[in-house]
Amino acid sequence: MYGRNWSFRITWFRILMIIFVLIAAAAALYRFVYGLGAITNLSDEWPWGLWIGFDLLCGIALAGGGFSTALVVHVLHKDKYLPIARAALLTSLLGYIIAMVSLFLDIGRWFNFWRPFFYWGFHSVLFEVFWCISIYTTIQVLEFGDIFFEKVKFPALKKILGYLMTPLLILGIILPSLHQSSLGSLYIVAIDKLYPLWWSMLIPFFFVWSAFFLGPAMVTVEGTLAARAYGRDPELPVFQSLTKMTMWMMIIYFIVKMIDLNYRGVFGMAFNGSYESNMFLIEMIVFILLPIFMYAIPSIRTKLWGVVTASLLVVVGVVFNRMNVVFTGMAKSVGGSYFPSIWEFLITIGMWSALALAYLFIVENFSILPKEEHTHSTHTNYGTGFQA
Amino acid sequence: MSKGVLVDVTRCIDCKSCMVACKVWNDLPSRKTEFSNDLDAGSLNSDTYTVVNNSISENGDEVIWRFVKRQCMHCLEPACESACFTHSFVKTKEGAVIYKPTVLDQDYCVGCRYCMIACPFDIPAFQWEKAFPYVEKCTFCYDRTQQGLQTACAQACPTGTLQFGEREELLAEAWQRINNNPKYIKHVYGEKEYGGTSWLYISDVPFAQLGFKTEVFNRPVTEKAIPSLTWQVLKWTPFIFVGWGALLTAMRAYTKRRATVHNEEELYGPVDPKE
Repeated sequence: MYGRNWSFRITWFRILMIIFVLIAAAAALYRFVYGLGAITNLSDEWPWGLWIGFDLLCGIALAGGGFSTALVVHVLHKDKYLPIARAALLTSLLGYIIAMVSLFLDIGRWFNFWRPFFYWGFHSVLFEVFWCISIYTTIQVLEFGDIFFEKVKFPALKKILGYLMTPLLILGIILPSLHQSSLGSLYIVAIDKLYPLWWSMLIPFFFVWSAFFLGPAMVTVEGTLAARAYGRDPELPVFQSLTKMTMWMMIIYFIVKMIDLNYRGVFGMAFNGSYESNMFLIEMIVFILLPIFMYAIPSIRTKLWGVVTASLLVVVGVVFNRMNVVFTGMAKSVGGSYFPSIWEFLITIGMWSALALAYLFIVENFSILPKEEHTHSTHTNYGTGFQA
Repeated sequence: MSKGVLVDVTRCIDCKSCMVACKVWNDLPSRKTEFSNDLDAGSLNSDTYTVVNNSISENGDEVIWRFVKRQCMHCLEPACESACFTHSFVKTKEGAVIYKPTVLDQDYCVGCRYCMIACPFDIPAFQWEKAFPYVEKCTFCYDRTQQGLQTACAQACPTGTLQFGEREELLAEAWQRINNNPKYIKHVYGEKEYGGTSWLYISDVPFAQLGFKTEVFNRPVTEKAIPSLTWQVLKWTPFIFVGWGALLTAMRAYTKRRATVHNEEELYGPVDPKE
């Protein structure tokens, strides 16, 4: 079974993605030689742009599926979710690698990146984020090692990893819980800069909570994509039973948000007609309330299109929220304007293409997705899938 | 004792001597400027630690011109210091907030620019055009004040707008001027804003009119020091680490007894892309 050789099928779509990766690599090289000013539209007013806002904050948030699934499967031992456990771990690992690569590209004095390990600015939120993300990425690599050594036979190492697995799993939930919230705490410092609809002392709660309820939604979207790409059956029963947890977590999120706005006396700002208030209303109505209703109605929830659409709204909604924090909410106070340059976009596209390629390579060569015993013989159910 | 500078906006004549002195002392290159209809000196950047800009406002028929010097405020509890995860910013006991890589040659800065997000006055500037950029800002002439000299800008000021001294004494002086002369606004900018700053401003024109940050989102600016806000949240980290870890371990142990053992190698398999 595992004696088969490494394989990677080449399709036109994959060649296109490889080209994107090569363009991004060239642009990154240019950035390292000539500095950030040469290829980005960043400025003193907008020190953080697309790479931090999208690749880092959203990459990490979208990787939330890793720790929420780990909690459900390995701590609560809800076995019905086992089929998605490894795929969630893989997406999460790749998401963190994207975040680390984009961070490395974005920092000016990248050769100093290891300094925070030795010069402890522990009063900085970034310090906690840095430590948690570095250690957690290492842990995920080790967790993945357990899968890696199923194919690449190395019994001694696999045994050691087996012993370590319980503490690794526990740490692998604590650390992301801490830094998902810390990514929000980063903005506490921006008290008089970030629009009050988003600034709050509770922003760490909102970030970690949304990263957590995003997890099942992300698993659903990604599982559906993978199923279509490979002509498999989507894990519809798993997706459906995940919706209950997501729905209740989103309801709690919404209630806490309302209480927080009232408590700080800024509830009225949501309706003052400003650009910020409109963006906030879209975030709340389209990306929080709408998916809650879709999850609540059985005739929508039980259909594949329904659960996937609602989950997609949740995923886009969390990205939308992070974008609102980084860009919309800061725009009024920092002044100036920022729109990413073509090179910032190309590097971002290249990084996500690399992620997709890595995902395809790994699921085709390692045991990530559940075996499909019953459909293997028939092979009839992939008619509508696009060819990845 | 902690040093400060008192800026009396009513005395400034916009000669820009302080800007020149700053450039000369810190050996900063000049930047090519463009002609424009106002006399503004532009904005701060990585080659310009201080600027003097115009503020024109009208009071009935009277046109009021004032000139406001802008530079790092040197907060008593700086947000940039608390934001930096490599300790590259430090508030010295003399009052200066310095950036260690360029001032003390201690090169730990990663170039993440979180200090720029953190600063409530938007002061730190980045060398965008360099391959290995530094963050740049006013050093409060740390090298001069160490020698017992005053800052280059204060020394150059011909009108007494800038007065260098002990912050406490300057604060008393500021209130004395305000109380002795009704033209002044009854407010010392920098006394309480963001927990207080080493640079203090007094004026006869409302500060908001001069472009000072007095109100944001229809509320007065924060008087709490920003680092204390972050710390309110960050201090819980070790407790969450231990508590959440204990809870997870307990839950895993509890549910494991009921869980069935799976052979994961049986459950998963590689996908065959060739259909």
